[in-house]
Amino acid sequence: MSSTVSPLPDTPEEVASALREASYLADDSTALISFLAQRLGKPILVEGPAGVGKTELAKALARASGRELVRLQCYEGLDEAKALYEWNYRKQLLQIQATASSSPESQAAIEMGEIFTEDFLLERPLMKAIANPEPVVLLIDEIDKTDQEFEAMLLELLSDFQITIPEMGRIEATTHPIVVLTSNNSRELTEALKRRCLYLWLDYPSAEREIEIIRLHAPEIDQALAERLVEVVDMIRELDLKKPPSIAESIDWARTLILMGADDIDAKVFKESLSIIIKHRTDLDLVAERIGPRLGRSRDGDPGPSKNGN
Amino acid sequence: MTEQVLAFCEDLRGEGVAIGTSEIQDAFSALEIVPWERQQDFKESLAATVAKSPKDREIFELVFERHFFRATESAALEYSEESEAARNTRMAEAQGDGPPPPMDMEALADAIREAIEAGDESAMNDLARLAIEAFGQQGESSGVVGVDLQRIRRGLGLTANEGDGQGESKEPLDRGQLARFERQLRRELQRGQIQRQGQLPPSRPLSELNRALPMRGAQDLAAVHKAVAQMKRRLATLGHDPRGAKRGRQVDVRRTMRSSLETGGIPLNLAYRPKRPRKPEIYVLCDVSTSVSSAATFFLSVLHALHDSFRKLRSFVFIERISEVTHVFEEERDFRIMSERITSEGGVADISGYTDYGRVWREFLEDVSDDLGPRSTVIVLGDARTNGRPPAEDLFAKVANRANRTFWLNPEPELYWNYGDSVMNAYIPYCDGAFECWQTEHLETFVDIVASGRPSLEKPRARASRHRY
Repeated sequence: MSSTVSPLPDTPEEVASALREASYLADDSTALISFLAQRLGKPILVEGPAGVGKTELAKALARASGRELVRLQCYEGLDEAKALYEWNYRKQLLQIQATASSSPESQAAIEMGEIFTEDFLLERPLMKAIANPEPVVLLIDEIDKTDQEFEAMLLELLSDFQITIPEMGRIEATTHPIVVLTSNNSRELTEALKRRCLYLWLDYPSAEREIEIIRLHAPEIDQALAERLVEVVDMIRELDLKKPPSIAESIDWARTLILMGADDIDAKVFKESLSIIIKHRTDLDLVAERIGPRLGRSRDGDPGPSKNGN
Repeated sequence: MTEQVLAFCEDLRGEGVAIGTSEIQDAFSALEIVPWERQQDFKESLAATVAKSPKDREIFELVFERHFFRATESAALEYSEESEAARNTRMAEAQGDGPPPPMDMEALADAIREAIEAGDESAMNDLARLAIEAFGQQGESSGVVGVDLQRIRRGLGLTANEGDGQGESKEPLDRGQLARFERQLRRELQRGQIQRQGQLPPSRPLSELNRALPMRGAQDLAAVHKAVAQMKRRLATLGHDPRGAKRGRQVDVRRTMRSSLETGGIPLNLAYRPKRPRKPEIYVLCDVSTSVSSAATFFLSVLHALHDSFRKLRSFVFIERISEVTHVFEEERDFRIMSERITSEGGVADISGYTDYGRVWREFLEDVSDDLGPRSTVIVLGDARTNGRPPAEDLFAKVANRANRTFWLNPEPELYWNYGDSVMNAYIPYCDGAFECWQTEHLETFVDIVASGRPSLEKPRARASRHRY
């Protein structure tokens, strides 16, 4: 990966391959929308269940384009002071005290508002993304965790890429950042915000793609085991769980299996490593009850059609 | 083509998808840099700019199929005529005009297998249509998408490699691929349904029916659960005071002084006393007699979804007698089990099993009247059908008097109030508001009002039926 910012790709396929190089396997629509976002200069709003690679997409975009990633993690009660900018009161105060003892001209300068300059500004992530001379990738993670007022504050930034500071005026972006917003859909976002974004719904990937992803992140795993693993994870996702296993957890599980030296997922291995993918008491019981027996049978009886098919 | 896209957006708006002009502009600027002739890219670009929630996306898929079916590809056009012809022959057959040659199911199944294995999307799409036609010919169409889907799948002998090992003669198919084919089938079936019901305006089948509260006893609990989850999301940030409202805030001198130490004793930041939002105590009384039971459990579960935002929420169910079920909701988060437990443990039916409102008010007064105070809100959900028993509105008036606010939600449309044994008018004078509540929208408006303590101005339509006394 080069340290310089790479030029914008010309086709969705180029985006896809760039993302692949940054070890992110994008499906067609993801690549297309990433491409559109770059060309149109629009933010992407990514929604989907937890752990399907929403945040990872932003990181991969940053890696692929050689840009710096500026991340703003949202939480309840996040406000301007933590997201945009804050005045450095201490420094301002020191400045005032320092000049108070010196000449009257400089005192006049303070009254002219000289303590409200960029020198006294503490940049927070959004400001940093805007003011950066190099283009960046701005990740606003879990926007649904904030309240609606914060969304409203983002609107100026998202549509015009500018921030208005009352004491200083407008700060416009010198370069166009790629903005990625992620949401777990824990609440409905406002229409105003959605209107300014391209919408991407990320779901659990298809079996083939998940196998690819797992093999990309845990290269030591062999194809047959990966296929089996994805199949089991798929079965688990079909159950009505509190927290279905995410892709990240499939990868963790794959790594665990490698460490355990397992070459097939049978009832025993499954039971031992279950806690890697299931993180809820009641889910554990349900999965053990529903999936466990199925695995045992396929090992004791004939090897099971899944392996015949390979 | 520009007009096509505009007409398409208009179609989507008709289905209840909110599309602004800016979104249409986005769609066009996206289409400028994406080759139009590639259907997948074209569709994804449109979807990304226009459909901005999973639900919108679902509608988008359906409308897209319907709209661009004829327009985008001549191949698709040809095909539609073909299937039109097939439909005509089917009609003719029904009228006894000699049967058309039956489709060779074996050959069809084999072709589908091949397509699935090859992962050829467009072939799968074509074959899905063929399969539906074939099964339509056999007169097996039930009109229910899920049922038809299963039937066709079984009929074609398509099974995934689930590992049952029942000695199938054919090689099992890959699950993912099969799922893709099923998706195609499902979409085709749904599209067929839309076309069949094409007479009524397309906005109705998609948006409004979904939102009506399920009222039948045999309703799909999962659907209810989904509605509740949606509402939970909507209400997740509700009830918080607006941040900008700084009026009337009190300066916390102690904390201001403390924080001024940071700035050398100059109080640059004023610290305010936090405003504690007023949290109402809510008493919910729910009629669970057979006529309203499903609406009742639905309603209770919504209020309990709000459990955290209310200081105190107590739920009662009643038919002839009254019984508190708050603990059931606290112990059980699973909606299914919850509603079972309420019906089995409530112990609210006495002899006749008919609602007795008079007795309910009396028992409610005996049980909790001491707790009712200026902070309490009483919500009654019931159809006010007394089965000819005295309504005892004087007792209800006492309840309403003690409580700060009293609301009545009636799961029947307003049209039916006061007909038959409904005595709604006897109670309305004592309520702060009486609402009809048979759509999720009604419920949302109502919850807005309760949670914020002021009427919401967003949905005048749903509030049209509101009474204030």
